[in-house]
Order: sequence, then structure tokens, then C-alpha cells
Amino acid sequence: MKRSLLAAALVTIGGATWAETPTLTVYTYDSFVSDWGPGPSIEATFEESCECNLEFVGAGDGAALLARLKLEGARTNADVVLGLDTSLTESAKATGLFAPHNGIPDGLTLPIEWADDTFLPFDWGYFAFVYDKTKLSNAPDSFAELLEGDATIIIQDPRSSTPGLGLLLWMKEVYGEAAGEAWETLSPRIVTVTKGWSEAYGMFLEGEADMVLSYTTSPAYHRIAEEDDTKAAAIFGEGHYMQIEVAAKLAGTDQDALADAFLAFMASAAFQSVIPTTNWMYPAFETAGDLPEGFSETTVPEIALLIPPEDVEPIRTEALAEWLTALSK
Amino acid sequence: MANRAKQIDRFTQVSGLAALLFVALLALGPLVALGFKADTATGLTGADWAAVRFTILQAALSAILSVVLAIPVARALARRKFFGRGALVTLLGAPFILPVIVAVLGLLAIWGRSGLVSKLMMSVGADRISIYGLAGVLLAHVFFNLPLVTRLILQGWGRIPTEHFRLAAQLGMRPTDVFKQLEWPMLRSILPGAFLLVFLLCVTSFAVALALGGGPKATTIELAIYQALRFDFDLGKAALLGLVQFTICALVAFLSLRSVVQSNFGDGLATVVERWDVSAPLLKWQDGIVLTSVAVFLGAPLLAIVARGFPSLPNLPPSVLSAAVNSLTVALFSALLSVLLALTLAGLVDALRSNQNSLAKVVEGVGLLTLAVSPFVLGTGLFIIVRPVADPFALALPITALVNAAISLPFSLRAILPALTQNRKSYGRLGDSLGMAGWSRFRISVWPNIRRPLGFSTGLAAALSMGDLGIITLFAPPDVETLPLLMYRLMGAYRMDDAASVALILVVLTLFLFWVFDRGGRLGHKS
Repeated sequence: MKRSLLAAALVTIGGATWAETPTLTVYTYDSFVSDWGPGPSIEATFEESCECNLEFVGAGDGAALLARLKLEGARTNADVVLGLDTSLTESAKATGLFAPHNGIPDGLTLPIEWADDTFLPFDWGYFAFVYDKTKLSNAPDSFAELLEGDATIIIQDPRSSTPGLGLLLWMKEVYGEAAGEAWETLSPRIVTVTKGWSEAYGMFLEGEADMVLSYTTSPAYHRIAEEDDTKAAAIFGEGHYMQIEVAAKLAGTDQDALADAFLAFMASAAFQSVIPTTNWMYPAFETAGDLPEGFSETTVPEIALLIPPEDVEPIRTEALAEWLTALSK
Repeated sequence: MANRAKQIDRFTQVSGLAALLFVALLALGPLVALGFKADTATGLTGADWAAVRFTILQAALSAILSVVLAIPVARALARRKFFGRGALVTLLGAPFILPVIVAVLGLLAIWGRSGLVSKLMMSVGADRISIYGLAGVLLAHVFFNLPLVTRLILQGWGRIPTEHFRLAAQLGMRPTDVFKQLEWPMLRSILPGAFLLVFLLCVTSFAVALALGGGPKATTIELAIYQALRFDFDLGKAALLGLVQFTICALVAFLSLRSVVQSNFGDGLATVVERWDVSAPLLKWQDGIVLTSVAVFLGAPLLAIVARGFPSLPNLPPSVLSAAVNSLTVALFSALLSVLLALTLAGLVDALRSNQNSLAKVVEGVGLLTLAVSPFVLGTGLFIIVRPVADPFALALPITALVNAAISLPFSLRAILPALTQNRKSYGRLGDSLGMAGWSRFRISVWPNIRRPLGFSTGLAAALSMGDLGIITLFAPPDVETLPLLMYRLMGAYRMDDAASVALILVVLTLFLFWVFDRGGRLGHKS
């Protein structure tokens, strides 16, 4: 209360004084900062202790974030970027735009080992096609069935969106050399390729396609937030590709200490506990506590797929070329 | 007196040459920058060539469809008097200045997979329709260009003298003979130019493909340039694609300027040609159906925007205000710059025409150069030039205004130049003999005669800039928005109701800007 009074006083004194409150700029993906995403609550909690102004800037979907940083180069205003994943971390490090973190906090709950010196995880999940049980009675239970069936899908562009990129690598893991042909088979049933996850999911909810590329945890949103049990994730026998979402500090930041503080804050209970019911992903640290009811009902795939971050780059380039060729036919 | 005439020339010369230099640098500088950068490219991939093929395919199909469909519409309009004809002609003028992204949102509301038509289809047990891809791109392009071509052809019909129709009636010609003898020769002189104009406009299509393309299958070159920069940050590829785009545009622009369509907007549209061959009830029904269809096709998407946007107007995001201010500032600046450049260039061209006609043609050619340099070619080139010396993102709005001014310059020049030449032919000698020069000559003799095209051009340039969703998508930092960009971002977050209410504000502001300037040019004007 006192602090907010003080802040109000400072504002009235004038812009110059206000400008001295440091601003930490965090580039992230759009759904993170939406009203129902984790952004607003995390911003409020962090600002309680940082004596700073935390500004989340939605800069498109995950993969577009990295492209934007490359485009802006060393001049970027961003201090921290939040929302890349392990498919992009190597490519991101190669830009030289990122700085190492101060060590990995204890209590990681990831299903894999974590040793990255630059990127810190904040949540994770499995990609999956989500459908409406009342509209699609015989959902495919494998990629093979998806390819042969007639269910329409909406996917995201792998060049701008991390789910889109995840699907690209998922298909590559499952089909290897034949991934290009698999995409060609799938192509007629792709209603549209959106730039980001939000648009795709919104279109699915309006009934524009039978299935949408999202996460195994997405149905939990409908169960918990909307008390709607009609949505389900199709579990594929070939396994599900994993996503580990990460954040890092920019090397050119002028808010070094604040950026470090924010990365450390990511492992705190205040951050982690809101992840399941705002970002609808699994938390990355044990500080999150127990998963909420309705969330634990989520089916966990038996086979998890993930290409090690250091091996991804050449596979990504090849798979992207195959995807472009197959879908432009 | 000769001395005075020389003085006028000097001002015209200096200002004209300055404008010439500016435009030449603005259009050619980025091309040179692209040329240097293209060296670093690794070449175009199969997907890039697919984009080139798609661009040409969709532009050709859009142009064919627009032209073929416009013929019956223009014919029906030319030979029927009915209540609301004036309103329909005005409606035909609207799509040209309608922001592209607004039209896309409106078209989705009608033709989208959850739109009106799909709902009707499903209620009778049929499948919903899908417009993502080529179909959607064509639909949007016909929406924009069918009205444009209709107006061009309508002017052609207006130029066929009534006497010819009377004579045809006296000779007992049937409608098919009238078509063969009178209407077909007129169409043959207009259609090639109209085709090329639409082709050119569609080759540079960006926002339509961005919103309705739906994937790599329907990517235009402009979109591929955007993707090369925004997704891969591959300047070399963007440059190479830019050069391909320039080559195509330059070729089409050259061809279309050779088959000149004299398009005097608004002229000759009001009159209905008296006809004696069209009173058969069947023909009446046919025309009625054609006109009703086109009115519904153009009107329904606009109504859908109003219906969807109005209810959520009260809970608009606060960023709409700063976006509106940005949009208006960019629009006004680019409109003024465009018209100022057009006016000074036109002055120079007009002065040269009297004794150095070939030089005049070169100057005019430079003014029309930006027809061949698409927004993304310009934008990418400017990005490459600016990046080493300044932050291109901090300059997002000025660069957008500059590019928009360059893009509307050919339209402004084409509107102002004839008026200036006409003025010189009518009043030039009188002015000379009265010894009028400089500002007073401009104010008394020139201004009253060019204010109408000047007002129209300013309005058009402002409206085009207001609705632009092009290179702003490339340059804007995440926290800077114009209204079309805000709309697009809301659509990206699938907040369609909010997007529709921003669309409503955008349309109102755009039409208002156009109206203010166009009206300002006509105020107190006798005609």
C-alpha cells in the first residue's frame, strides 16, 4: 500500500522521476500476455518485489520471437526473451545475442536432464491434436490413422510458431526419410496454416476444423476453466513430441540484475503455481506444488519423443524444406 | 515578359528537379541496395519458385475473372435506370479505398468456414465451403477489382454516342448485332488495359495472401519477401525475391502504360445511355439479377462488419487510440508528400511538354516508376539501407509514410497532370499576356483548375495509406501499431469481435479522410 502511494506520488512529481524506475522488457508469445494467460498475474507478483516496471511485449508466436530478435539484432529493447523451446535454443545461441544464466535453480521436475548454460526452462508439455468428442467420434489413435483418415486439421507455421515446429520434428521423428511424403498425404486435410497458436485454436473452437495442433494438456483448460468435458487430445501410438519452453537473458540488456532476478523468479512458487491453469502446461519446478484437479486427469503419452537440442538444427532445416515443398505442391 | 516567363520556369525547374531526384532515389536506391544484397543469396528454392508461379497464376485469374464478370455488370448499369442506381455506382467506388484487411474480415464473415454461406450450406445438409488458399485470394481480388473494372467499362459505354444506338434501332439490329457492332469495339479498346491494371494490382498483393493464403500453397512474392525477413531473417533471399518481383511488375507496368486506360474517376458514370434494343423482359430480368447479385456481393461483407463490430465498440482495447493517431499521422503525412511530389513533377512535365516532349516523357516515367516497385521491394531496400546507420524499427512509422507516398504517387500524378496541361492550354497564354507569374499566377489561374483532382488525389492517397497493411508488419516494433495492424493482431489472437469493431473505426476514419479532401477540392466548384 505504502509503495503504491509512493509510486503515485512519484508519478505526480513528474515524468523524469518516473523514468528512473527501471523497466524490464520481456518479449514473449502472444497467448502468454493475453488476459487469461499467465502474464498479468506474473507481472503483478514480480513488480511487488522488484521495484521495477515489468513490461511483457507480445511479439507473435514462439518461433517468430527468435526471428524478431534476429531482425532487431543488438539494438533490440528486449532484456529477456521468454517462450522459445529446445528446437530453437541452438539456433538462438548461434546469434550471439544471448547471455549465460547464473546457474540452474534446484527442484527441476522436467522429464529430461537439463544442462543448458544459457536457457532456463519454465514449463513443458506434449504436443497433440485436440478434438471435440461430440463431433469427432472416431479420432485417430496414430499418425498412420490421421494420414489415412478424413479428419480436417489446423496447424501452425513451423517458421513462426513453436507448436508448428514441434509437429514438423514430430513427423520427422516418426517418418524419417518419408516425412515429405507423409506431409503430402496430410496436405489436403490441412484447412489452413496459421502464424500462431492462438489463431489456430480460436478457429478450431469456432468449428472450422475437426482437430487442431495443441497440447495434451489443452483439454484441462476446458474442464477446469469452462467445466466442459467435450474436448480431448488424440493419443498417438507412435509417441508424442515434447516441448520444453525456455527463457534467457539478452547479452545487450541494460537491466542485467533485473533480468537475472526475473530468471530466478521463474523457479519460484509464485510463477510456477500459476502455470498449469493459465498457460495450461506442466510446471518445470517442484515449487508449483500438486497439479490442480482436472489437470491430473490428462492422459500422459507412453512414448515421449524429443530430439536433443544440440542435434536439432540440421534436422530442422531439412524438415522445413520438405514441409515447404510438400505443402506448396 | 519573356524574363518573367523564365522566372516561372526556374521555380518549376528547381522544385521539379528536386522532386525528380527524390523520387528517383526513393525508387531506385532500394533497388540498388537489393542488387548488392542479392549477391549474398544462396538462390531460390522450389518453394520460392512456387510463390512466383502462384503470384502470376492468381494475378492472371483475378484479372480474367474481374474483367469477365465486370462486363455484364457494366452493361446492366449502362442501360438501366432504377432507384438506387447512384448508390450502387458509389458502392462500386468504395472497395478501391476500403482497407484490405477490413474487406478480408468481411469476406470471412460471409464466405469463411464459419461464415454465413457455410452455415446455409450446412443447414441444407451440404458441406461447408473453404476459402483458404487460391479460392480465397481470388474472391478477395475480385471483390476489390470487379468494381474498379466495372467503372472503367462503364465510362466506355458512356462514350458510345446515343445516336449510334438510335441508328442501330432504326436499322432493326438485334441485341447481338448491337453488341457486335457497337459494344464489342469499345470493349476491345478498354479490356486489355483493364486486365493489365488488375494484374498489376494483384501481383503486389500482400495482405490478402497473408490473411487468406492459408499456407505455402498460396504464397505471393510479397508474402515470400516478408517471410524471408520475418521468419528466416534471410536478407539475401529477400533481395533476390525483390528483384524477381520488380522484373515482373516493371514488365506489366510498361505494358499497361502503353495500353492507356483513360480513367477519369467519377466522370461519365451518372448518365444512362438511351437504348432501344433492351426492353425485352428477359433482358430486364437478366440485368436485374446481375445488379442485385453484385450489390449483395459487395454490400454483404460490409454489413457483416457493421453487425459484428458495433456491439463490441464499447469494450475496445485502449491501444486503439494510439493506433488511430499513428494511422492518421502516417496517412496525412504520406498524402501530403505524395501530392506535393505529384504537383511539382507534373509542373516540370507540363513545362517540358511545350518544347521538349521526349524529356517530359522521361520525367513522367520516373513519376510512374513506383508502379513497378512494390511496397515490399521498397521496404526491404530501405531496411537494408537504413539498418547500418539507424534503428529501422524506431523509424517504422516514417518509413511506412514514405513508402505509402511513393506507392500512391503514380495515381496522384495521373490525376493532376491532365488538369495542369488542360489549364496551360486554356489559360496559359492569357496568363502570359497579363504578365501573371509566381504565386499569384498559381493562386488565380492554376489553383482553381487543379484543386479538384488535387483534392481527389490527396483523399485517395490518405485513404490508401490509412488502410495499408504492408511493410508496417515488417517494421513495427511489438508496441507500435496502426489501425490495420491492430486489427490483424486481434485477428491473430482470434478476437474477431474486437477486430470487427476496430475495422468499423478504421473504415469510418478512412472514408472521412477521403471525403474531407475530395469534398474540399470540390467546394465552391461549379461543376
